[in-house]
Amino acid sequence: MTGALSWLTDPANWTGSAGIPTRLWQHLWYALLSLGIAIVIALPLGALIGHTGKGTGLVSGLANALRALPTLGLLIMLALWGLNTLPGSIALLGPTIAVLVILAIPPILSNTYAGIAAVDPDTRDAAKGMGMTGGQVLVRVELPVALPLIISGVRSAYLQVVATATIAAVVSLGGFGRYVIDGLAQQNYPMMVGGALLVALLAIIGDRLLALVAHFAVSPGITGRSVKARATTADLVVRRPGAAEVQDGGGAPDRDGVESAMARAGQIADRTGPL
Amino acid sequence: MNWNWLNRNTDQILTWLVQHIWLAAVPTVLGLLLALPLGAIAFRYRWSYTVLITLAGLLYTIPSLALFVVLPGLLGTRILDPINVVIALTLYTLALLVRVVADALDSVSPLVRQSAVAMGYRPLRSLITVQLPLAIPVIGAGLRVAAVSNVSLVSVAALLGIPQLGQLFTTGFQLNFFTPIIAGIVLCLLVAAVFDGLIQLAVRFSTPWERAVKRR
Repeated sequence: MTGALSWLTDPANWTGSAGIPTRLWQHLWYALLSLGIAIVIALPLGALIGHTGKGTGLVSGLANALRALPTLGLLIMLALWGLNTLPGSIALLGPTIAVLVILAIPPILSNTYAGIAAVDPDTRDAAKGMGMTGGQVLVRVELPVALPLIISGVRSAYLQVVATATIAAVVSLGGFGRYVIDGLAQQNYPMMVGGALLVALLAIIGDRLLALVAHFAVSPGITGRSVKARATTADLVVRRPGAAEVQDGGGAPDRDGVESAMARAGQIADRTGPL
Repeated sequence: MNWNWLNRNTDQILTWLVQHIWLAAVPTVLGLLLALPLGAIAFRYRWSYTVLITLAGLLYTIPSLALFVVLPGLLGTRILDPINVVIALTLYTLALLVRVVADALDSVSPLVRQSAVAMGYRPLRSLITVQLPLAIPVIGAGLRVAAVSNVSLVSVAALLGIPQLGQLFTTGFQLNFFTPIIAGIVLCLLVAAVFDGLIQLAVRFSTPWERAVKRR
Protein backbone atom coordinates (compact mmCIF):
# COMPACT_ATOMS: atom_id res chain seq x y z
CA MET A 1 0.00 0.00 0.00
CA THR A 2 2.75 2.44 0.97
CA GLY A 3 4.53 1.43 -2.24
CA ALA A 4 1.43 2.38 -4.21
CA LEU A 5 1.27 5.77 -2.51
CA SER A 6 4.87 6.57 -3.29
CA TRP A 7 4.24 5.42 -6.87
CA LEU A 8 1.24 7.76 -7.08
CA THR A 9 3.18 10.71 -5.68
CA ASP A 10 6.31 10.16 -7.77
CA PRO A 11 6.50 13.15 -10.19
CA ALA A 12 8.05 10.89 -12.84
CA ASN A 13 4.70 9.08 -13.15
CA TRP A 14 2.84 12.29 -13.88
CA THR A 15 4.51 13.18 -17.19
CA GLY A 16 5.02 11.70 -20.63
CA SER A 17 2.99 9.38 -22.83
CA ALA A 18 2.63 6.78 -20.06
CA GLY A 19 1.99 9.40 -17.38
CA ILE A 20 -1.12 9.55 -15.25
CA PRO A 21 -2.68 12.61 -17.03
CA THR A 22 -2.35 10.92 -20.44
CA ARG A 23 -3.80 7.67 -19.12
CA LEU A 24 -6.64 9.56 -17.41
CA TRP A 25 -7.47 11.32 -20.65
CA GLN A 26 -7.48 8.02 -22.58
CA HIS A 27 -9.62 6.30 -19.98
CA LEU A 28 -12.12 9.17 -19.91
CA TRP A 29 -12.18 9.35 -23.69
CA TYR A 30 -13.13 5.67 -24.08
CA ALA A 31 -15.68 5.90 -21.28
CA LEU A 32 -17.40 9.13 -22.31
CA LEU A 33 -17.44 8.35 -26.03
CA SER A 34 -19.15 5.00 -25.46
CA LEU A 35 -21.46 6.44 -22.82
CA GLY A 36 -22.51 9.18 -25.25
CA ILE A 37 -23.21 6.70 -28.05
CA ALA A 38 -25.14 4.47 -25.66
CA ILE A 39 -27.31 7.37 -24.47
CA VAL A 40 -28.10 8.41 -28.05
CA ILE A 41 -29.27 4.86 -28.79
CA ALA A 42 -30.88 3.81 -25.51
CA LEU A 43 -32.69 6.95 -24.38
CA PRO A 44 -35.05 7.38 -27.36
CA LEU A 45 -35.59 3.62 -27.59
CA GLY A 46 -36.36 3.33 -23.87
CA ALA A 47 -38.66 6.35 -24.06
CA LEU A 48 -40.52 4.80 -26.98
CA ILE A 49 -40.88 1.42 -25.24
CA GLY A 50 -41.97 3.03 -21.98
CA HIS A 51 -44.44 5.34 -23.72
CA THR A 52 -46.05 2.71 -25.92
CA GLY A 53 -45.62 -0.25 -23.57
CA LYS A 54 -44.49 -2.38 -26.50
CA GLY A 55 -41.39 -4.56 -26.41
CA THR A 56 -41.11 -4.70 -22.61
CA GLY A 57 -40.28 -8.40 -22.58
CA LEU A 58 -37.53 -7.76 -25.09
CA VAL A 59 -35.85 -5.22 -22.80
CA SER A 60 -35.79 -7.36 -19.68
CA GLY A 61 -34.69 -10.42 -21.65
CA LEU A 62 -31.89 -8.43 -23.25
CA ALA A 63 -30.74 -6.99 -19.92
CA ASN A 64 -30.65 -10.43 -18.30
CA ALA A 65 -28.79 -12.09 -21.12
CA LEU A 66 -26.18 -9.31 -21.18
CA ARG A 67 -25.63 -9.58 -17.46
CA ALA A 68 -24.60 -13.21 -17.88
CA LEU A 69 -22.32 -12.51 -20.84
CA PRO A 70 -18.69 -12.47 -19.67
CA THR A 71 -17.32 -9.01 -20.48
CA LEU A 72 -13.76 -10.18 -20.85
CA GLY A 73 -14.76 -12.86 -23.36
CA LEU A 74 -16.83 -10.45 -25.43
CA LEU A 75 -14.06 -7.84 -25.43
CA ILE A 76 -11.35 -10.30 -26.44
CA MET A 77 -13.47 -11.88 -29.13
CA LEU A 78 -14.35 -8.56 -30.77
CA ALA A 79 -10.78 -7.26 -30.41
CA LEU A 80 -9.38 -10.38 -32.05
CA TRP A 81 -11.90 -10.03 -34.85
CA GLY A 82 -10.91 -6.37 -35.24
CA LEU A 83 -7.20 -7.20 -35.34
CA ASN A 84 -7.82 -9.70 -38.12
CA THR A 85 -10.15 -7.61 -40.25
CA LEU A 86 -10.01 -3.88 -39.53
CA PRO A 87 -7.16 -1.62 -40.64
CA GLY A 88 -4.85 0.57 -38.55
CA SER A 89 -5.66 2.16 -35.23
CA ILE A 90 -9.39 1.49 -35.47
CA ALA A 91 -8.70 -2.26 -35.32
CA LEU A 92 -8.61 -2.22 -31.52
CA LEU A 93 -10.41 0.98 -30.64
CA GLY A 94 -13.52 0.21 -32.71
CA PRO A 95 -14.31 -3.18 -31.16
CA THR A 96 -13.53 -1.89 -27.65
CA ILE A 97 -15.89 1.05 -28.01
CA ALA A 98 -18.49 -1.33 -29.46
CA VAL A 99 -18.23 -3.60 -26.39
CA LEU A 100 -18.46 -0.62 -24.04
CA VAL A 101 -21.54 0.65 -25.88
CA ILE A 102 -23.14 -2.81 -25.74
CA LEU A 103 -22.57 -2.88 -21.98
CA ALA A 104 -23.81 0.66 -21.40
CA ILE A 105 -27.08 0.28 -23.30
CA PRO A 106 -29.06 -2.13 -21.03
CA PRO A 107 -28.97 -0.08 -17.80
CA ILE A 108 -29.94 3.15 -19.60
CA LEU A 109 -32.57 1.41 -21.72
CA SER A 110 -34.23 -0.50 -18.90
CA ASN A 111 -34.17 2.42 -16.46
CA THR A 112 -35.64 4.81 -19.03
CA TYR A 113 -38.39 2.40 -19.85
CA ALA A 114 -39.01 1.50 -16.20
CA GLY A 115 -39.05 5.16 -15.19
CA ILE A 116 -41.60 6.06 -17.83
CA ALA A 117 -43.70 2.97 -17.17
CA ALA A 118 -43.78 3.91 -13.46
CA VAL A 119 -45.28 7.35 -14.11
CA ASP A 120 -48.57 7.61 -12.24
CA PRO A 121 -51.46 7.00 -14.70
CA ASP A 122 -53.32 9.91 -13.07
CA THR A 123 -50.44 12.20 -13.97
CA ARG A 124 -50.54 11.02 -17.54
CA ASP A 125 -54.32 11.44 -17.70
CA ALA A 126 -54.05 14.95 -16.28
CA ALA A 127 -51.52 15.86 -18.97
CA LYS A 128 -53.81 14.48 -21.65
CA GLY A 129 -56.74 16.30 -20.11
CA MET A 130 -54.80 19.52 -20.45
CA GLY A 131 -54.73 18.89 -24.17
CA MET A 132 -51.19 17.61 -24.57
CA THR A 133 -50.42 15.38 -27.51
CA GLY A 134 -48.67 12.02 -27.04
CA GLY A 135 -45.30 13.54 -27.83
CA GLN A 136 -45.83 16.45 -25.44
CA VAL A 137 -46.87 14.07 -22.65
CA LEU A 138 -43.66 12.13 -23.22
CA VAL A 139 -41.31 15.11 -23.36
CA ARG A 140 -42.91 17.44 -20.82
CA VAL A 141 -44.32 14.99 -18.29
CA GLU A 142 -43.06 11.44 -18.57
CA LEU A 143 -39.37 12.15 -19.18
CA PRO A 144 -39.01 14.75 -16.38
CA VAL A 145 -40.80 12.45 -13.93
CA ALA A 146 -38.63 9.51 -15.01
CA LEU A 147 -35.43 11.58 -14.87
CA PRO A 148 -34.15 10.34 -11.48
CA LEU A 149 -34.33 6.75 -12.67
CA ILE A 150 -32.84 7.61 -16.07
CA ILE A 151 -29.85 9.31 -14.44
CA SER A 152 -29.37 6.37 -12.12
CA GLY A 153 -29.28 4.20 -15.25
CA VAL A 154 -26.62 6.47 -16.74
CA ARG A 155 -24.65 6.19 -13.49
CA SER A 156 -24.67 2.40 -13.65
CA ALA A 157 -23.67 2.57 -17.29
CA TYR A 158 -20.79 4.91 -16.41
CA LEU A 159 -19.51 2.52 -13.73
CA GLN A 160 -19.82 -0.38 -16.11
CA VAL A 161 -17.92 1.46 -18.82
CA VAL A 162 -15.12 2.76 -16.57
CA ALA A 163 -14.61 -0.72 -15.13
CA THR A 164 -14.60 -2.42 -18.51
CA ALA A 165 -12.32 0.21 -20.07
CA THR A 166 -9.76 -0.96 -17.49
CA ILE A 167 -9.94 -4.45 -18.90
CA ALA A 168 -9.38 -2.99 -22.37
CA ALA A 169 -5.69 -2.76 -21.48
CA VAL A 170 -5.44 -6.50 -22.13
CA VAL A 171 -5.97 -5.86 -25.80
CA SER A 172 -3.17 -3.26 -25.64
CA LEU A 173 -5.25 -0.10 -25.40
CA GLY A 174 -4.39 2.79 -23.09
CA GLY A 175 -6.15 3.99 -19.96
CA PHE A 176 -5.52 3.22 -16.30
CA GLY A 177 -5.81 -0.51 -16.99
CA ARG A 178 -2.33 -0.30 -18.55
CA TYR A 179 -0.80 0.17 -15.09
CA VAL A 180 -2.56 -2.94 -13.78
CA ILE A 181 -1.69 -5.14 -16.75
CA ASP A 182 1.87 -3.83 -17.20
CA GLY A 183 2.44 -3.90 -13.45
CA LEU A 184 1.46 -7.56 -13.42
CA ALA A 185 3.78 -8.36 -16.33
CA GLN A 186 6.70 -6.50 -14.72
CA GLN A 187 5.94 -7.76 -11.21
CA ASN A 188 5.59 -4.09 -10.24
CA TYR A 189 3.02 -4.37 -7.46
CA PRO A 190 3.02 -0.67 -6.43
CA MET A 191 2.19 0.32 -10.02
CA MET A 192 -0.66 -2.23 -10.18
CA VAL A 193 -2.21 -1.03 -6.95
CA GLY A 194 -1.68 2.61 -7.92
CA GLY A 195 -3.51 2.00 -11.20
CA ALA A 196 -6.29 0.12 -9.42
CA LEU A 197 -6.73 2.98 -6.97
CA LEU A 198 -6.89 5.49 -9.84
CA VAL A 199 -9.64 3.46 -11.55
CA ALA A 200 -11.61 3.23 -8.33
CA LEU A 201 -11.23 6.99 -7.80
CA LEU A 202 -12.33 7.76 -11.35
CA ALA A 203 -15.39 5.53 -10.91
CA ILE A 204 -16.38 7.03 -7.57
CA ILE A 205 -15.79 10.67 -8.54
CA GLY A 206 -17.71 10.33 -11.81
CA ASP A 207 -20.56 8.58 -10.04
CA ARG A 208 -20.75 11.36 -7.42
CA LEU A 209 -20.69 14.03 -10.15
CA LEU A 210 -23.59 12.35 -11.94
CA ALA A 211 -25.47 12.15 -8.64
CA LEU A 212 -24.91 15.89 -8.33
CA VAL A 213 -26.29 16.41 -11.83
CA ALA A 214 -29.37 14.44 -10.81
CA HIS A 215 -29.74 16.58 -7.71
CA PHE A 216 -29.93 19.77 -9.73
CA ALA A 217 -31.60 18.50 -12.91
CA VAL A 218 -34.57 16.79 -11.31
CA SER A 219 -37.58 19.02 -10.72
CA PRO A 220 -38.17 19.88 -7.05
CA GLY A 221 -41.77 18.82 -7.55
CA ILE A 222 -40.56 15.25 -8.02
CA THR A 223 -37.85 14.92 -5.41
CA GLY A 224 -39.97 16.50 -2.70
CA ARG A 225 -37.14 18.97 -2.09
CA SER A 226 -38.31 22.46 -1.14
CA VAL A 227 -41.91 21.46 -1.70
CA LYS A 228 -42.82 22.80 1.71
CA ALA A 229 -41.14 26.09 0.87
CA ARG A 230 -43.16 26.72 -2.25
CA ALA A 231 -45.84 24.33 -3.29
CA THR A 232 -46.31 24.23 -7.04
CA THR A 233 -49.20 23.00 -9.09
CA ALA A 234 -46.95 20.09 -10.04
CA ASP A 235 -47.39 18.75 -6.52
CA LEU A 236 -51.07 18.31 -7.16
CA VAL A 237 -50.49 16.22 -10.24
CA VAL A 238 -47.12 14.55 -9.84
CA ARG A 239 -46.84 11.88 -7.21
CA ARG A 240 -43.40 10.66 -6.26
CA PRO A 241 -42.59 7.68 -8.45
CA GLY A 242 -42.26 4.83 -5.97
CA ALA A 243 -39.80 2.78 -7.96
CA ALA A 244 -37.41 5.69 -8.23
CA GLU A 245 -37.23 6.46 -4.55
CA VAL A 246 -35.17 4.32 -2.24
CA GLN A 247 -36.44 5.77 1.00
CA ASP A 248 -39.99 5.54 -0.21
CA GLY A 249 -41.17 2.40 1.50
CA GLY A 250 -43.73 3.98 3.73
CA GLY A 251 -46.78 3.38 1.54
CA ALA A 252 -48.99 0.33 1.78
CA PRO A 253 -46.64 -2.48 0.87
CA ASP A 254 -49.09 -5.19 -0.11
CA ARG A 255 -48.91 -7.25 -3.27
CA ASP A 256 -47.88 -4.09 -5.12
CA GLY A 257 -45.08 -3.59 -2.64
CA VAL A 258 -43.69 -7.00 -3.47
CA GLU A 259 -43.94 -6.31 -7.17
CA SER A 260 -42.17 -2.97 -6.91
CA ALA A 261 -39.53 -4.44 -4.61
CA MET A 262 -39.00 -7.15 -7.21
CA ALA A 263 -38.66 -4.48 -9.85
CA ARG A 264 -36.22 -2.65 -7.62
CA ALA A 265 -34.19 -5.83 -7.13
CA GLY A 266 -34.04 -5.98 -10.90
CA GLN A 267 -32.91 -2.40 -11.10
CA ILE A 268 -30.16 -2.89 -8.60
CA ALA A 269 -29.27 -5.43 -11.10
CA ASP A 270 -28.61 -2.62 -13.44
CA ARG A 271 -26.36 -1.05 -10.88
CA THR A 272 -24.10 -3.97 -11.61
CA GLY A 273 -21.05 -1.77 -11.61
CA PRO A 274 -18.03 -3.89 -10.99
CA LEU A 275 -17.18 -5.61 -14.23
CA MET B 1 -15.01 -23.94 -34.25
CA ASN B 2 -12.04 -26.27 -34.03
CA TRP B 3 -13.47 -29.39 -32.37
CA ASN B 4 -10.09 -31.12 -32.37
CA TRP B 5 -8.62 -28.46 -30.13
CA LEU B 6 -11.57 -28.80 -27.77
CA ASN B 7 -11.17 -32.59 -27.69
CA ARG B 8 -7.49 -32.35 -26.94
CA ASN B 9 -8.07 -29.87 -24.12
CA THR B 10 -11.21 -31.32 -22.54
CA ASP B 11 -9.49 -32.19 -19.27
CA GLN B 12 -8.03 -28.72 -18.86
CA ILE B 13 -11.35 -27.07 -19.71
CA LEU B 14 -13.22 -29.26 -17.24
CA THR B 15 -10.76 -28.34 -14.47
CA TRP B 16 -11.28 -24.66 -15.27
CA LEU B 17 -15.06 -25.17 -15.37
CA VAL B 18 -15.13 -26.77 -11.91
CA GLN B 19 -12.88 -24.03 -10.54
CA HIS B 20 -15.10 -21.39 -12.11
CA ILE B 21 -18.29 -22.84 -10.62
CA TRP B 22 -16.57 -23.00 -7.24
CA LEU B 23 -15.29 -19.40 -7.41
CA ALA B 24 -18.73 -18.07 -8.37
CA ALA B 25 -20.85 -20.23 -6.04
CA VAL B 26 -18.98 -19.77 -2.75
CA PRO B 27 -19.17 -15.93 -2.76
CA THR B 28 -22.86 -16.05 -3.72
CA VAL B 29 -23.69 -18.26 -0.72
CA LEU B 30 -21.38 -16.39 1.68
CA GLY B 31 -22.72 -13.02 0.51
CA LEU B 32 -26.31 -14.19 1.09
CA LEU B 33 -25.51 -15.51 4.57
CA LEU B 34 -23.91 -12.19 5.54
CA ALA B 35 -26.60 -10.09 3.87
CA LEU B 36 -29.50 -11.68 5.77
CA PRO B 37 -28.57 -10.36 9.25
CA LEU B 38 -27.23 -7.05 7.90
CA GLY B 39 -30.32 -6.53 5.75
CA ALA B 40 -32.51 -7.30 8.76
CA ILE B 41 -30.62 -4.68 10.77
CA ALA B 42 -30.99 -2.15 7.94
CA PHE B 43 -34.72 -2.91 7.82
CA ARG B 44 -35.18 -2.68 11.60
CA TYR B 45 -33.22 0.52 12.25
CA ARG B 46 -33.80 3.35 9.78
CA TRP B 47 -30.52 5.15 10.50
CA SER B 48 -28.51 2.04 9.71
CA TYR B 49 -30.36 1.66 6.39
CA THR B 50 -28.89 4.89 5.06
CA VAL B 51 -25.42 4.08 6.38
CA LEU B 52 -25.36 0.51 5.07
CA ILE B 53 -26.83 1.39 1.67
CA THR B 54 -24.35 4.24 1.18
CA LEU B 55 -21.44 1.96 2.08
CA ALA B 56 -22.77 -0.75 -0.21
CA GLY B 57 -23.15 1.73 -3.06
CA LEU B 58 -19.60 2.96 -2.60
CA LEU B 59 -18.24 -0.59 -2.59
CA TYR B 60 -20.21 -1.34 -5.71
CA THR B 61 -18.54 1.51 -7.61
CA ILE B 62 -15.09 -0.10 -7.28
CA PRO B 63 -14.25 -2.02 -10.46
CA SER B 64 -13.61 -5.72 -9.90
CA LEU B 65 -10.11 -5.78 -11.39
CA ALA B 66 -9.13 -2.94 -9.04
CA LEU B 67 -10.50 -4.81 -6.04
CA PHE B 68 -8.77 -8.06 -7.05
CA VAL B 69 -5.49 -6.15 -7.16
CA VAL B 70 -5.90 -4.03 -4.02
CA LEU B 71 -7.21 -6.77 -1.70
CA PRO B 72 -3.93 -8.72 -1.41
CA GLY B 73 -2.23 -5.55 -0.18
CA LEU B 74 -4.92 -5.03 2.46
CA LEU B 75 -5.18 -8.66 3.56
CA GLY B 76 -1.58 -9.76 3.15
CA THR B 77 -2.54 -12.57 0.77
CA ARG B 78 -0.63 -13.50 -2.37
CA ILE B 79 -1.88 -11.82 -5.55
CA LEU B 80 -2.52 -15.18 -7.25
CA ASP B 81 -4.47 -16.55 -4.29
CA PRO B 82 -8.07 -17.36 -5.38
CA ILE B 83 -9.20 -16.25 -1.91
CA ASN B 84 -8.94 -12.63 -3.15
CA VAL B 85 -11.55 -13.37 -5.79
CA VAL B 86 -13.79 -15.09 -3.26
CA ILE B 87 -13.56 -12.15 -0.85
CA ALA B 88 -14.06 -9.51 -3.57
CA LEU B 89 -17.13 -11.25 -5.00
CA THR B 90 -18.53 -11.90 -1.51
CA LEU B 91 -18.29 -8.16 -0.86
CA TYR B 92 -20.10 -7.34 -4.13
CA THR B 93 -22.81 -9.92 -3.41
CA LEU B 94 -23.20 -8.55 0.10
CA ALA B 95 -23.36 -4.97 -1.19
CA LEU B 96 -26.13 -5.90 -3.62
CA LEU B 97 -28.13 -8.12 -1.28
CA VAL B 98 -28.15 -5.94 1.87
CA ARG B 99 -30.44 -3.52 0.11
CA VAL B 100 -32.50 -6.28 -1.48
CA VAL B 101 -33.03 -8.03 1.88
CA ALA B 102 -33.97 -4.78 3.61
CA ASP B 103 -36.41 -3.84 0.82
CA ALA B 104 -37.80 -7.39 0.71
CA LEU B 105 -38.55 -7.37 4.45
CA ASP B 106 -40.11 -3.96 4.00
CA SER B 107 -42.38 -5.28 1.26
CA VAL B 108 -44.04 -7.75 3.66
CA SER B 109 -47.50 -6.45 4.49
CA PRO B 110 -47.72 -4.63 7.84
CA LEU B 111 -50.95 -6.54 8.49
CA VAL B 112 -49.01 -9.82 8.46
CA ARG B 113 -46.45 -8.32 10.83
CA GLN B 114 -49.20 -7.18 13.18
CA SER B 115 -50.87 -10.60 13.05
CA ALA B 116 -47.63 -12.20 14.15
CA VAL B 117 -47.35 -9.75 17.04
CA ALA B 118 -50.98 -10.42 18.00
CA MET B 119 -50.26 -14.16 18.05
CA GLY B 120 -47.55 -13.50 20.60
CA TYR B 121 -44.52 -13.74 18.32
CA ARG B 122 -41.44 -11.97 19.63
CA PRO B 123 -39.78 -9.64 17.09
CA LEU B 124 -36.91 -12.03 16.31
CA ARG B 125 -39.18 -15.04 15.90
CA SER B 126 -41.56 -13.05 13.75
CA LEU B 127 -38.63 -11.92 11.62
CA ILE B 128 -37.26 -15.42 11.09
CA THR B 129 -40.42 -17.50 10.84
CA VAL B 130 -42.89 -15.03 9.31
CA GLN B 131 -41.29 -12.07 7.53
CA LEU B 132 -38.22 -13.79 6.11
CA PRO B 133 -40.13 -16.62 4.38
CA LEU B 134 -42.54 -14.09 2.88
CA ALA B 135 -39.59 -12.06 1.61
CA ILE B 136 -38.06 -15.05 -0.20
CA PRO B 137 -39.38 -14.22 -3.71
CA VAL B 138 -37.81 -10.74 -3.65
CA ILE B 139 -34.56 -11.94 -2.08
CA GLY B 140 -34.49 -14.70 -4.69
CA ALA B 141 -34.81 -12.14 -7.50
CA GLY B 142 -31.82 -10.23 -6.10
CA LEU B 143 -29.84 -13.43 -5.56
CA ARG B 144 -30.34 -14.43 -9.19
CA VAL B 145 -28.81 -11.13 -10.30
CA ALA B 146 -25.89 -11.54 -7.90
CA ALA B 147 -25.21 -15.14 -8.92
CA VAL B 148 -25.33 -14.42 -12.64
CA SER B 149 -23.03 -11.41 -12.43
CA ASN B 150 -20.62 -13.34 -10.20
CA VAL B 151 -20.22 -15.93 -12.94
CA SER B 152 -19.29 -13.17 -15.37
CA LEU B 153 -17.02 -11.38 -12.88
CA VAL B 154 -14.97 -14.48 -12.02
CA SER B 155 -13.63 -14.57 -15.56
CA VAL B 156 -12.02 -11.13 -15.10
CA ALA B 157 -9.66 -12.73 -12.57
CA ALA B 158 -8.05 -14.59 -15.48
CA LEU B 159 -6.09 -11.39 -16.13
CA LEU B 160 -4.25 -12.05 -12.89
CA GLY B 161 -3.66 -15.68 -13.89
CA ILE B 162 -6.15 -17.32 -11.54
CA PRO B 163 -7.25 -20.54 -13.24
CA GLN B 164 -10.92 -20.66 -14.36
CA LEU B 165 -12.89 -20.32 -17.60
CA GLY B 166 -11.52 -16.81 -18.16
CA GLN B 167 -8.23 -18.50 -19.05
CA LEU B 168 -9.91 -19.61 -22.28
CA PHE B 169 -10.25 -15.92 -23.25
CA THR B 170 -6.64 -15.00 -22.56
CA THR B 171 -5.44 -18.21 -24.22
CA GLY B 172 -7.51 -17.48 -27.30
CA PHE B 173 -6.14 -13.95 -27.48
CA GLN B 174 -2.53 -15.11 -27.21
CA LEU B 175 -3.03 -17.81 -29.85
CA ASN B 176 -5.14 -15.56 -32.12
CA PHE B 177 -7.69 -18.35 -32.05
CA PHE B 178 -11.48 -18.04 -31.67
CA THR B 179 -12.37 -21.57 -30.53
CA PRO B 180 -11.36 -21.20 -26.85
CA ILE B 181 -13.01 -17.79 -26.63
CA ILE B 182 -16.33 -19.03 -27.97
CA ALA B 183 -16.15 -22.15 -25.78
CA GLY B 184 -15.47 -19.94 -22.76
CA ILE B 185 -18.40 -17.63 -23.48
CA VAL B 186 -20.78 -20.55 -24.03
CA LEU B 187 -19.66 -22.31 -20.84
CA CYS B 188 -19.97 -19.08 -18.81
CA LEU B 189 -23.49 -18.55 -20.13
CA LEU B 190 -24.36 -22.19 -19.30
CA VAL B 191 -23.05 -21.90 -15.74
CA ALA B 192 -24.99 -18.66 -15.29
CA ALA B 193 -28.16 -20.27 -16.65
CA VAL B 194 -27.78 -23.26 -14.30
CA PHE B 195 -27.27 -20.99 -11.27
CA ASP B 196 -30.26 -18.93 -12.31
CA GLY B 197 -32.42 -22.03 -12.71
CA LEU B 198 -31.31 -23.54 -9.40
CA ILE B 199 -32.19 -20.36 -7.49
CA GLN B 200 -35.57 -20.17 -9.20
CA LEU B 201 -36.25 -23.79 -8.23
CA ALA B 202 -35.15 -23.16 -4.65
CA VAL B 203 -37.47 -20.15 -4.42
CA ARG B 204 -40.33 -22.20 -5.85
CA PHE B 205 -39.89 -25.04 -3.38
CA SER B 206 -39.46 -22.81 -0.36
CA THR B 207 -42.59 -20.78 -1.10
CA PRO B 208 -45.37 -23.34 -1.76
CA TRP B 209 -48.02 -20.78 -0.73
CA GLU B 210 -47.25 -18.64 -3.78
CA ARG B 211 -48.57 -21.37 -6.06
CA ALA B 212 -51.50 -22.16 -3.77
CA VAL B 213 -52.67 -18.56 -3.95
CA LYS B 214 -52.29 -18.38 -7.73
CA ARG B 215 -54.25 -21.60 -8.29
CA ARG B 216 -57.27 -20.38 -6.39
